[in-house]
Amino acid sequence: MKRVVITGSGTINALGHDVPTTLKAMAEGHCGIGPLDIRDVDRLAVKIGGQVTGYDEHSHFNRQQISLYDRFTQFTLLAAEQAILEAGLTFSGVLADRSGVVLGTSGGGLNTQDENYRAVYEEGKNRVHPFIVPKLMNNAAASHVSMQYNLRGPSFTVATACASSNHAMGQAFAMIRSGMADVMVTGGSESMLCFGGVKAWEGLRVMSKDACRPFSATRNGMVQGEGAGVFVFEERDHAIKRGATIIAEVAGFAMSSDASDIVTPSKQGAARAIAGALKDAQLNASDVGYINAHGTGTAANDKTECAAVADVFGTHADNLMMSSTKSMHGHLIGGTGAVELLACIMAVRDGVIAPTIGFEEPDPECAMDVVPNEARNVKVDAVLSNAFAFGGLNAVIALKSA
Amino acid sequence: MSIESQVVEIIAEQALLEPSDVSRDKTLEDLGIDSLGLVESIFAIEEAFDITIPFNANDPNESEFDITNVGTIIRAIETLVKDQS
Repeated sequence: MKRVVITGSGTINALGHDVPTTLKAMAEGHCGIGPLDIRDVDRLAVKIGGQVTGYDEHSHFNRQQISLYDRFTQFTLLAAEQAILEAGLTFSGVLADRSGVVLGTSGGGLNTQDENYRAVYEEGKNRVHPFIVPKLMNNAAASHVSMQYNLRGPSFTVATACASSNHAMGQAFAMIRSGMADVMVTGGSESMLCFGGVKAWEGLRVMSKDACRPFSATRNGMVQGEGAGVFVFEERDHAIKRGATIIAEVAGFAMSSDASDIVTPSKQGAARAIAGALKDAQLNASDVGYINAHGTGTAANDKTECAAVADVFGTHADNLMMSSTKSMHGHLIGGTGAVELLACIMAVRDGVIAPTIGFEEPDPECAMDVVPNEARNVKVDAVLSNAFAFGGLNAVIALKSA
Repeated sequence: MSIESQVVEIIAEQALLEPSDVSRDKTLEDLGIDSLGLVESIFAIEEAFDITIPFNANDPNESEFDITNVGTIIRAIETLVKDQS
């Protein structure tokens, strides 16, 4: 089996418009969550989110591009540009045919749907712009990345709700490992902060109206975010041969299905994915120093996740650090695992463990070191990133230092 | 503004050209407008004049709407505006 490394990374999210800004914000425990600036926010009960601010689409894209790029595609293209630039790759000939794009998203072009349903239902318009379908489709972002960089190999989009980008990166990893591809551009993107997108989540009654406080006894729900994270995964020898800087190694991946409930998470399903990722990466439980938690800040997730980690790690669970960066950037749904992988990179490469901010009071049912409120400098060699989606679909990635 | 100059302006915007470069004898191909650009132009024209253009993107040549060149498009729009007003 081939080994897989990360040679490029890019992002735009509520904490920053690139990787260095985002990592600095995570290390300093900044909160990117604030009042939502969207149409009809006064009709929402939930008025906060991890919104990308200071962003003007016209400064990045021309009118023609904007007519085809939904916000989730724009975020993807900006993150992909950073990642591919950092990797220093250009794709032509055989390499282009052996390189692809696998991205995760849950809602795809939800802003485009929202705007156009408004036009036909609320405003009674009988005609819509001709590009609505290519703009809203879930694979639009993957296709535009493929077109822009001439990536002609295996390319598709994965939609598994909150685990979408972990599942996507798992596929990219498996393809390089098996020899199906040499380079994969992978990660995920989400842009659900529009009236319909937030209103639908409100319906579930799991949203916080003030802050995301994962693992804190005072937590009262999740907060949505938006943005993208994109990485260049590359076959290790290919990267070494061309003298690329290796950011981290993707050591293992596992997925599982709870096969039990459409929204309530299962400890057993989560534990099987965590244990599976360790086994796949040939890691002992004691090798793992940090876990980037799914940590949504809901009662159901946080308790179940801590119980699953305790089951898999036994006494080592007491020595582990596990934080949820959703407290800072919000829950990016289908893009969340990609932005959270940045915290994992910061841990294995820089020895900086991102904190869980907003932590007020320990919860006996979440009795772990959640790195409350302040980042820590600790050298770790192996880390995990958890994602447990609605629908009971779990995906866990293991990273090792390069 | 006349129908002709409005149509020319929409086509010019799509082609990223000046209206003065969009003469009646030019075909859409001459102007570098592809199939996506064509449907976008038709949408913009429908919006501008509040008309419905009988155009089928599956088989543009079989449509009643004659897109041979800029001149035929202008004539067709003038007829549609008259008929549908």
